[in-house]
Amino acid sequence: MINEPSTAKGPEYWRWKEYHRVMPNKKWTNKDLITAGVDVGSVGSKAAIMINGEAYSWGITRTGSNSPESATKALNYALEDTGLKSSDLKYIVGTGYGRVNVPMANKAITEIACHAKGANYIWGPSVRTVLDVGGQDIKAIRIDETGRVVSFLMNDKCAAGTGRGMEVFADLLQIPIEEIGDISLKVEKEPEPVSCTCVAFAKTEAMGLLRKGWSREKVLAAYTRAMAVRMANLINRVGLERELVVTGGQSKNIGIVSRIEFILGVKCLPMPKWREDGLDPMVAGALGAALLAKALYEKAQKA
Amino acid sequence: MITVGMDLGTQRVKAIILKDGEVLSRGQAFSGFDPTKAAEQAIDDALKKADLKLSDISYFAATGSNMDMAPYANGTVSMMGADAKAGVFLCPKARTIIDVGAEEARAIKCDEKGIIVDFVVNERCAAGAGAFIEAMARALEVKLEDMGPLALKAERASPINASCVIFGESDVVSLIHRQESKPEIARAVFDAMADRISSMVHRLGVNPEVVLIGGVAKDEGFVASLNRKLDLNVVIPEYPDYVSALGAALTAATRAKERLK
Repeated sequence: MINEPSTAKGPEYWRWKEYHRVMPNKKWTNKDLITAGVDVGSVGSKAAIMINGEAYSWGITRTGSNSPESATKALNYALEDTGLKSSDLKYIVGTGYGRVNVPMANKAITEIACHAKGANYIWGPSVRTVLDVGGQDIKAIRIDETGRVVSFLMNDKCAAGTGRGMEVFADLLQIPIEEIGDISLKVEKEPEPVSCTCVAFAKTEAMGLLRKGWSREKVLAAYTRAMAVRMANLINRVGLERELVVTGGQSKNIGIVSRIEFILGVKCLPMPKWREDGLDPMVAGALGAALLAKALYEKAQKA
Repeated sequence: MITVGMDLGTQRVKAIILKDGEVLSRGQAFSGFDPTKAAEQAIDDALKKADLKLSDISYFAATGSNMDMAPYANGTVSMMGADAKAGVFLCPKARTIIDVGAEEARAIKCDEKGIIVDFVVNERCAAGAGAFIEAMARALEVKLEDMGPLALKAERASPINASCVIFGESDVVSLIHRQESKPEIARAVFDAMADRISSMVHRLGVNPEVVLIGGVAKDEGFVASLNRKLDLNVVIPEYPDYVSALGAALTAATRAKERLK
């Protein structure tokens, strides 16, 4: 089964790291407006907490088979080490693939609106095009200077190029998922993209290429290139307007991002230094949700 | 006049020996890593059954995804051409042929002579082909041949993602976690596939007489779902997996006759 490779086979190359972070040098008091966004994706569940509309903490976990449990797990992870209790959260917005299954949410909002808002928060008002590559979808979103959605396009439900597809590939080639981007760039000459992008067939096709004597790097480069072409096409169809940014788990795949830049002839705004103390583009949806939660709470107070 | 039609599919090679419009024998072998060798085996098998030698054959025609690797071939026939030709030969009223194989599915609209009018292909995507059922059977921990009988026991179906094998697998796993019964999940798998195939047929415009061929046509679970979905008269010929090979053999006969002129 591709889904959960057994440990008997050896290391689980697809398994990315769950983590949580509390922003240093930030404190909350009872007077602050504290809101949260919970983004239950098909592969990852993300929760972000904001103080007066400023990012404070977040948690990223893997989505299990039960969406409400995954939502709770992610939110508890974001609350860890903050001293906050869930009862301190004034308003919670649920989003993502499993948004209707976020039990603690006051409201559910589509992930498209949340990613738009989150990208505007992370990179500022110059962002006009957001490519969100999640576990199961690829979305190209056009936004205005306030982070509102102007138009968007989604891929068909097909694993090619999504985070889930990349997990399968990491396992297949036995390369840890965090290194897949760098390794795909270790080729002297970029190979032709693979013609068949179906992840189910990729297993046999990749094995065929490896048998033909291709290196793992070259196979990975050819596959990543094909994925990047798909994403660039989606961006072109929605209409590319600068600045362009990439959100979602795959924003961390430098092999994808650099190839999209090459194909489109446009540089993306640089990724925040999320490993140090910057914001993680994987939580863009949850951050956007927490911001929308703040706006909704304020609106309710005025009414 | 004796001809051979061979269909070098992604999973199996099928060979048929035809004499004056009558099938003499059939043979098959797993494609494996060497489709050429597999085709030699399938032909050898069929020749033995008909008590014939290679030299008795007037024309060898090849079709299927690996037709370029066919041994002895005097010529090739497009996969859709072979399907249409044999579909109408077996069922003269048929104007729509659905071929569901291991890695590809196609729907072909043709005229009364078996000439292609229009077609829709599901290629390079495992959903909607036999590979989908295989992957789901693996996720369910059920043998492939048990999927059909299992699905027929279901009273209802639970919806799953039909458009991608990878996501379909995750859906099946969550259904197992939700303790849905295996028959219902199996039925969901076939319903999902039937959905995809029927939308291909509808894109071509519906003809009342539909012929279903290819290896997947032997799966009673899929056939039941497709019948429910299409609500048309779906005819399944005997040996549905050999129909493409038959189309190649029929074309071989026509070409051999032309050669004699």
